[in-house]
Amino acid sequence: MTQKLVTQTQPGNHGQGPLPGSLYGSETVEEDRAPKLTWKHYLLALVSDRVTITAVLFLMLVAIGAAGAGWLAPYDPVAIDIMNRFIPPLSGTADGSFHVLGTDQLGRDVLSRLMHGAQVSVSIGFLGATCSALVGITAGMIAGYRRGLFEDIVMRLVDGMQSLPSLLIALFVLFIIGGGYLNLVLVFTFLHWMVFARMARSLTLGYRDSMFVSAARVLGCKDRRILVRHILPNMMAPLMVLFTLEVAILILSEASLSFLGFGVQPPNASWGRMIASGRNHINTAWWLVTLPGTAIFLTALALNLVAGWCRNISDPVQSARWLTPKRGKKKQ
Amino acid sequence: MTTIETHDRTLRERSAAEAPIMEVRNLSVGFDTPHGPVQAVDDVSWSIRRGETLAIIGESGSGKSVGLETLMGLIKSPPATISGQAFFAGEDMLKMSGRERRALRGEKLAMIFQDALTALNPSLTIGTQISEVYRLRRGVSKKEANDKAVQLMDQVKIPSARSRLGDYPHQFSGGMCQRVMIALALAMDPEILIADEPTTALDVTVQRQIMDLLREVRDERGMSLILVTHDLGVVAEVADKAVVMYAGRIAESADIVDLFRKPKHPYSRALLRAMPRVDSGAERLECIAGTPPTLSHIPSGCAFRPRCAFCQPTCAQERPRLRDMEPNHQAACHFAEEIEHGA
Amino acid sequence: MPYLVRRAGHSIILLLVVVTFVFLAGRMIGDPAIVMLGPSATDAALEQLRNNLGLNDPLLVQYFRFITDLLQGDMGVSFRYGFSQMPADQFMETSGTPVMELVLERLPQTFYLAAVALSSALVLALTLGCLGAMWPRSWVDNLVNVLSLASVSVVQFWLGLMLILLFAVHLGWLPTGGYGEWYHVILPAIALGARPLGRVGQVTRSAMLDELSRPYAAAARAKGLPEHRIVSVHALKNAGIPIVTITGDELVQLVTGAILVETVFGWPGIGQLLVSSMSTRDLPVLQGAILTVAALVIVVNLVVDATYTYLNPRVSFSSRSS
Repeated sequence: MTQKLVTQTQPGNHGQGPLPGSLYGSETVEEDRAPKLTWKHYLLALVSDRVTITAVLFLMLVAIGAAGAGWLAPYDPVAIDIMNRFIPPLSGTADGSFHVLGTDQLGRDVLSRLMHGAQVSVSIGFLGATCSALVGITAGMIAGYRRGLFEDIVMRLVDGMQSLPSLLIALFVLFIIGGGYLNLVLVFTFLHWMVFARMARSLTLGYRDSMFVSAARVLGCKDRRILVRHILPNMMAPLMVLFTLEVAILILSEASLSFLGFGVQPPNASWGRMIASGRNHINTAWWLVTLPGTAIFLTALALNLVAGWCRNISDPVQSARWLTPKRGKKKQ
Repeated sequence: MTTIETHDRTLRERSAAEAPIMEVRNLSVGFDTPHGPVQAVDDVSWSIRRGETLAIIGESGSGKSVGLETLMGLIKSPPATISGQAFFAGEDMLKMSGRERRALRGEKLAMIFQDALTALNPSLTIGTQISEVYRLRRGVSKKEANDKAVQLMDQVKIPSARSRLGDYPHQFSGGMCQRVMIALALAMDPEILIADEPTTALDVTVQRQIMDLLREVRDERGMSLILVTHDLGVVAEVADKAVVMYAGRIAESADIVDLFRKPKHPYSRALLRAMPRVDSGAERLECIAGTPPTLSHIPSGCAFRPRCAFCQPTCAQERPRLRDMEPNHQAACHFAEEIEHGA
Repeated sequence: MPYLVRRAGHSIILLLVVVTFVFLAGRMIGDPAIVMLGPSATDAALEQLRNNLGLNDPLLVQYFRFITDLLQGDMGVSFRYGFSQMPADQFMETSGTPVMELVLERLPQTFYLAAVALSSALVLALTLGCLGAMWPRSWVDNLVNVLSLASVSVVQFWLGLMLILLFAVHLGWLPTGGYGEWYHVILPAIALGARPLGRVGQVTRSAMLDELSRPYAAAARAKGLPEHRIVSVHALKNAGIPIVTITGDELVQLVTGAILVETVFGWPGIGQLLVSSMSTRDLPVLQGAILTVAALVIVVNLVVDATYTYLNPRVSFSSRSS
């Protein structure tokens, strides 16, 4: 299968030699050696990496469970059933109902709550990271491209804020403005944009004097178009890796803040809230603390694994080894 | 089969009756790389006597350094695959335990490296680095070790040695760093000094000084010197005998006078012709066409075949063995005699 | 040393920004007088208290008073601790415990917990990281990788709860929380130290792997030095800069981690003070705790930067000669 894919990519590759002639001779040869990578290569490499594909499948499961919680959840997550409190996982109840992951102190179904909690936890992480990325990348790219006073101000802010413990500041701000979904997203954006700004700036700095940017400028491109159309696509890979890591960090942060009582308000469940409320029953109902925590741990772990894989695959030095793990061995 | 016979004919009187202090027999070193297995050193044999200087000549990637690093014990058996024998004072070093090998390093065998600045630790003072082994092995006080360091630095002619003990490598010039490196190698009074391209990274004038220094310490101490180089001018001046390597194999092995007077292997001949000479009338220097092969893709038969002016069909099919051409003079070429007489 | 002086200047500015932020935030959350006297207080009493506290002065005056008080080590008095409940109309002076006193009372416990957690994590991380670099792809190396992945994926307070579940509830080996005996520190220290262990271990491993492949390491081996000396003396000092950077980073993270871990284990440190001051809306204590923690973090960052000059002789040399 590997062989087949390689031969498929060859023809397209030959067409890429821009100009015939001795000047380009050596470059054409090099292109022949390293065939252009298509999405099929990446997919193949992903499928053959057992750990990463497991992580991806798990994330898909979480995403489906969260998005479809309304239809897929076996019970109403807020339906109280005092008769069936503290039912352990995988055990039946007196009235014949079955709760796969048991029930909590109010008799609510844990699995249903986990699925609805995933909605909150994952979407806050995702939304927070997206807003941070939008603000941070914009600020960082302008700072790196325009330089000057704007860059100085942005970088001072970035340095200053990054040297403070973000969770503590988040706690304080939420104490003042109050918890809740939107406030959490707002605070996360306020405290995490500089992670993206820092990376976007340093990447933009690397590109702003490159040949293709100069060429675009000579052709009369507007600055905005240069930034969005020419520079941004080139920095997508490292930014995506950072984004994935940030989602994981924000899911963990949300859990911590919810645990201290500054997350989404009840009766809405988030994973962090579920741990917080289960904490009082740790002596009697181990699953109430263990299960949501495991969900957070596995989700963050999967995100970190995927980010690590993306980083390896987008590293030009390492990617050859990762993308063609079997070809070398078959040859021998 | 390709062992160099080290019998009585010798260059120098003083080593006439002595057995070689180091003898390498059929040494091979291979690695597994992502591009497949690579034979960096392939069936190499040579020997060196006390006080003698052996030059190992070859282009980069010819396996010179790997072979010597194996002898020093810097390359370990897994990941590398090492076979053959390497006798030091009659004992096979490749059979020794890690502890025994380490006891030899520094004490009996010392090595200096190509780029002295990177071979010195950037965050330790040179005083510490020179006297470190001496202090640890001999168990002397810090002051005594410092005195030893100063003495060594004087020997390698580092000016105002005592005041520079506390300096860091980046405060020295390249030549001075190499002197520090030599001082460091001499600390334990080794019997063999391995110099891996000691002057390549230096300015031409400094190269001369370092080579002079190496000769001087060699003669003073009666050390053996193994000199890895691709500078034939240096070889002619310093070495007693030479091994010419190509793609991990020995192409030619001879006493230095024989090598320069009567090179047998086309590669040696080409190397000699590519050497600038004042006395020759040639206007242009010759160069060897092509590039040395990467070790993962060594041509079949004779490795030098694609670049050889005398290449015959046989060369592609059969790998030439290292043959005795004359006493103490071996070459690995099917047509060595024909070429010599034809030229 | 102009670099460090400039760096210290940045720290002071940052601290000032935090102070300003904390002051303004404190004025935003509502009238402290109502918080102190409760909703049943008469208007006259409230007005009296506002006057006493200086809350009727212009904001700028209040701000400068806030800063000058801070400089004298006065962070105000608690609304709750040592607060004697008097009839509202007789209330003239605030009589709570000074915040400084409360903070100083709690800091040693937090230092104790952080020191135990960080030092044991560092020792383990450096050892594992070095061993992992010495034997790549061995089980130690795999352990370092797994630990580093797990440590950035786990929530500290949940890890604390899991430890309680296992060692206190199930096995009964250790108490669920509290303070006093030496064994009380074990579980909180594990919960707090897990993250630095994984992160520092990973960075140590990759930095050491890098250093051990450099020519000077080969040269040190050629000198006949034993491997443990090459690792612990030669390579470790060169790998120091990334290791110190990540350690400083983790030290900052440790502060927030401590808030959660102290809450979980009932550890009487500054984190617990902070959380409880939030739930009782004890503003002066909250401000004091936050400022203390922020100042600590800023000092940690400064120390980390100063360490670079020691680790990299090139920095110290250039500043010496200039």
